[in-house]
Amino acid sequence: MNKMRSGLKTIKRKYFPLIKSLQTALLLITGIAGYMSARCPVHNIPTVLGLTASLLLSISGSTVLNMWYDRDIDAIMPRTSKRPLSTGETKPKEALIFGLTISVIGVTWALLLDPLYGVIIFAGLFFDVVIYTIWLKRLTAWSIIWGGISGGMPVLAGRVLGIGHLDWVGVALALGVLFWIPTHILTFSIRYHDDYQKAKVPTFPSTYSFQTTRLIIAISSVLATIAFGAASYGVGLTWGFLRLLVVLSTGLFILAVQSLRSPSERITFGLFKYASLYMLSAMLLMFFAGI
Amino acid sequence: MKKISILDRVLLLLTVLLAAFQISYGLNNLSFLATWSYTAGFGVLLVAGLLLIILGFEGLESQIVVIVSTLIPLCISMGLIAEHLAKFIIPYLVFAALGFAAIAITRYAVEDKTATIVLAGVHGIAGSLITFLPIILSIQGKVSAGYFLVGIGGALIGAGGLLLAFLKAGKPILSQKTILTVLPILLVLMTGAFVYGFSFR
Repeated sequence: MNKMRSGLKTIKRKYFPLIKSLQTALLLITGIAGYMSARCPVHNIPTVLGLTASLLLSISGSTVLNMWYDRDIDAIMPRTSKRPLSTGETKPKEALIFGLTISVIGVTWALLLDPLYGVIIFAGLFFDVVIYTIWLKRLTAWSIIWGGISGGMPVLAGRVLGIGHLDWVGVALALGVLFWIPTHILTFSIRYHDDYQKAKVPTFPSTYSFQTTRLIIAISSVLATIAFGAASYGVGLTWGFLRLLVVLSTGLFILAVQSLRSPSERITFGLFKYASLYMLSAMLLMFFAGI
Repeated sequence: MKKISILDRVLLLLTVLLAAFQISYGLNNLSFLATWSYTAGFGVLLVAGLLLIILGFEGLESQIVVIVSTLIPLCISMGLIAEHLAKFIIPYLVFAALGFAAIAITRYAVEDKTATIVLAGVHGIAGSLITFLPIILSIQGKVSAGYFLVGIGGALIGAGGLLLAFLKAGKPILSQKTILTVLPILLVLMTGAFVYGFSFR
């Protein structure tokens, strides 16, 4: 019993931090919300469980592989230097095997659930790990577009699993996530600019300027709210929920403009946090629309 | 500046959820102007609550917060006018627009004293309307008795607004710490009174 308990503790200490639980949870919620937005027989428990498990494993798998590949730059940046791969607590080979195993299980499960759903999940994983992390992240600041595309895959996959085919609403939802990603990641790269400089990772603030980056954040916030608005209309959200989305979107837009007008550390941090809450709220609205 | 506590955050979250509920479910079968006036009022409350949760009370230091938060009583009072006193819609709309513009301009263009007088004046009129109109309507029997709770919400928003206005003017009625301790309680009680009161339409 004690051996089992200490084994669980070791797993929690060595592997759990590799998953980036908050980011994984947010992406998982987008996938479930995409499925619920279909308003199909959503109370099909085996499918919902299959969706949740396959998404959780695939997203976690891509995150672990991402962290495995980036362990050298994580060790340089103060913000990430305490991660188990950077400190040496988890061996790179262990992380690679763990990441590959859960990725393969997740994608296989997804393919068995529905081939098109599985292909989209695989595409998300491929874009994130191969195109974004391995190929482009250290070459160009524009790599975040591929990070954004892969971030949009869970919501698209969930929608596809719900309705059985691709439709414009699913694409709009994925575009909403794609345009939301800069609001999230670019505020992060402003806040931790020195860290990224130290690790020689190209970001928008280092390649262009802080002000240009803030302008891009403001534009992408507007585009994200338009995409979510269109998707919400397509999903058939009630007027009450649409009003709520308008309010939340206006808040995001005003904060982005404020960050452009009078930039400060506090506004950047506020925008970063608000953007996460915005995404969570938008997805919860899709979720409740499907109940 | 007082640091925001977990209890403050919980109370603010409750405020946000109540405002979200009112926007989503509490504005059915109203005219376009009433619906969007209430949406703007509760929307500002919702976003302000979220920003306070994220940024802490330091968020109140910004001039823009003072300006935007004036929209809460102005918009809710506009909604009440649109709902119950249709013939005053245009004059009140003009008052609300001019009042808001005056607050915005005086915040940046003139000294603190004038700005505070303008803020207290506009806030006072809007707050009095939200306080007394629902009470009068429920006494007259034009709405259910429980609608008077909207008036209680109005009184609370008036009290909160004045406390913050005098604090910003450098002549606080209570100490800054006390005001910031009371503020989340005031906000949740006010929003609760509005949501419950409006359900008695």
